[in-house]
Amino acid sequence: MSFRNSYFYSVFWQRFRGNRFAMAGGAIVAGLFILSFLAPYITPYDPATIDAYHVLLPPSAAHWMGTDELGRDVFTRVVYGARISLKVGFVAVGIAVAIGTVVGLVAGYYGRWVDSLLMRFVDIMLCFPTFFLILAVIALLEPSIWYIMLIIGITGWMGVARLVRAEVLSIKERDYITAARSIGASNARIIFRHILPNAAAPVFVAATLGVAGAILTESALSFLGIGVQPPTPSWGNILTSGKDYLEFAWWLSLFPGVAILVTVLAYNLLGEGIRDALDPRLHR
Amino acid sequence: MIAYLTKRILMLIPLLFGITLITFAVIHLAPGEPVDMQTAMNPKVSAEARQKMREFYGLDKPLHVQYVTWLGRMARLDFGRSFAPDNRPVTDKIVERIPITLSLNVIALILEFGLAIPIGILAAVRRETLLDKGITVFVFLGFAMPTFWLALLLMYLFGVKLGWLPISGLHSLGSDQLGPIAWFWDLAKHLVLPVGIATFGSLAGLSRYMRSTMLEVIRQDYITTARAKGLSERVVIYKHALRNALLPVITLLGFSLPGLIGGSVIFETIFAIPGMGQLFYQGVMMRDYPLVMGILVIGAFLTLIGNLLADICYSMADPRIRHGRA
Repeated sequence: MSFRNSYFYSVFWQRFRGNRFAMAGGAIVAGLFILSFLAPYITPYDPATIDAYHVLLPPSAAHWMGTDELGRDVFTRVVYGARISLKVGFVAVGIAVAIGTVVGLVAGYYGRWVDSLLMRFVDIMLCFPTFFLILAVIALLEPSIWYIMLIIGITGWMGVARLVRAEVLSIKERDYITAARSIGASNARIIFRHILPNAAAPVFVAATLGVAGAILTESALSFLGIGVQPPTPSWGNILTSGKDYLEFAWWLSLFPGVAILVTVLAYNLLGEGIRDALDPRLHR
Repeated sequence: MIAYLTKRILMLIPLLFGITLITFAVIHLAPGEPVDMQTAMNPKVSAEARQKMREFYGLDKPLHVQYVTWLGRMARLDFGRSFAPDNRPVTDKIVERIPITLSLNVIALILEFGLAIPIGILAAVRRETLLDKGITVFVFLGFAMPTFWLALLLMYLFGVKLGWLPISGLHSLGSDQLGPIAWFWDLAKHLVLPVGIATFGSLAGLSRYMRSTMLEVIRQDYITTARAKGLSERVVIYKHALRNALLPVITLLGFSLPGLIGGSVIFETIFAIPGMGQLFYQGVMMRDYPLVMGILVIGAFLTLIGNLLADICYSMADPRIRHGRA
């Protein structure tokens, strides 16, 4: 088992390493994590301290990305905003993957009416314009970052569920499952020991791509003023003031947007790279 | 065909039922009674209005009775009255906004498919060339671009810097004084940015999908056969390959609807377009509860219809589907 695994990983790593774009995506994601952990040591400013004497200054040596309408350093706020985005992406996708995996496993493994019932539920959830559903729920609850992560997760698991179900359907017909069953393995053991590990790869790819989507959704919500609430900086809510001062301060609109673009791009490249490295048939 | 249609429409019933059930669950998600929530959040609601709300939702009755009464009203498209100062029936407010959102999205959808299909074909046919790589870069940028940010940048460039295009609303002030051609020109100029951005939003995904289905088809034996019998490359690609590659794209038409309708919140808010998305956003900000629920149900319903239309198109294009053999 361990021999097979180590072979699997070395082949995977070899293929992944050969893909320049995937490596670049991975490096950017790693860099963002380091940046957001070290935020207080990277910038001398505080993200929330108001400075009435340095309002809306263009980029300079002291303020790399200029200052905003309250005199706060935009670079500092963008760096601290990375913390929010990475956290939201991680937690929201974690929730979505957890729900989707359980639903997909149960539907695929038990089949019959359990399967039909769960998959109809998936169909129904897919009918709602996700953004509408998220907004409606947020309208009911106080805006908080935890609710936002929870809601993005709860409205985003359907793709994973379908994916896992399809994997389970093909895996459960294999001989090693029959073998496990014939020696008396319980359903739970078959599901978690034999099926789940073999269905994990595509879920991992979907999760990486899902992080990109969650970051985009959070930034859009914050931009609309119903996501992360000021003074906590998020890339989306910096862009809100960017919109208000569009005519006087282009730097407020440019840099947070570039941050979103680069981060989402990096996660997408990473996800696609993992997919290609896992399945060479897709290489074309 | 009729048998297929009947079956397909019958399948809508449980879906519709499920949509209302989830919306009803969302209403009751709030801690305490929804009426308390609304009044606490929206001080404009008087005690009298509150009592009316309580009666309207039948909150003193058990849950299943509440659901059935609510469902009955839903069937008559009665979503109650808006909390906004105008206090109009929600249904009226939504219905007058639907045409704007729907026509914007239909224009965007046509542009999107009109651009994505040729882009995808080109990338597939000229695979691994500089052109394909350029398209791939564009696709990845498109995936990662936050549409609201792109909207800001374009507003700055075309609206503020160059002054070529208006950046808010659908008509200029006093446009009702203009002649029909000038009026139309004015409208078209207002539409360029919002429609362009709505189109761009899903262009990347669709053209990539088109490229991969096209590549899939080109590998099939019947394409080799078509080439072997000496057909020109043009006929092989556009007559034999394209038709089969387009099939899965039709399904995507239905799937892209929720995204488009959801995206309308963003661009209608940014460009101040009086459509359903903007109405929804205002409803959310004002905690206008009946309005939010009404739009949620109608939005899901429109998606359902979109999916049905896509399925019907698909079954017309591919007989295997309607005979249940694929």
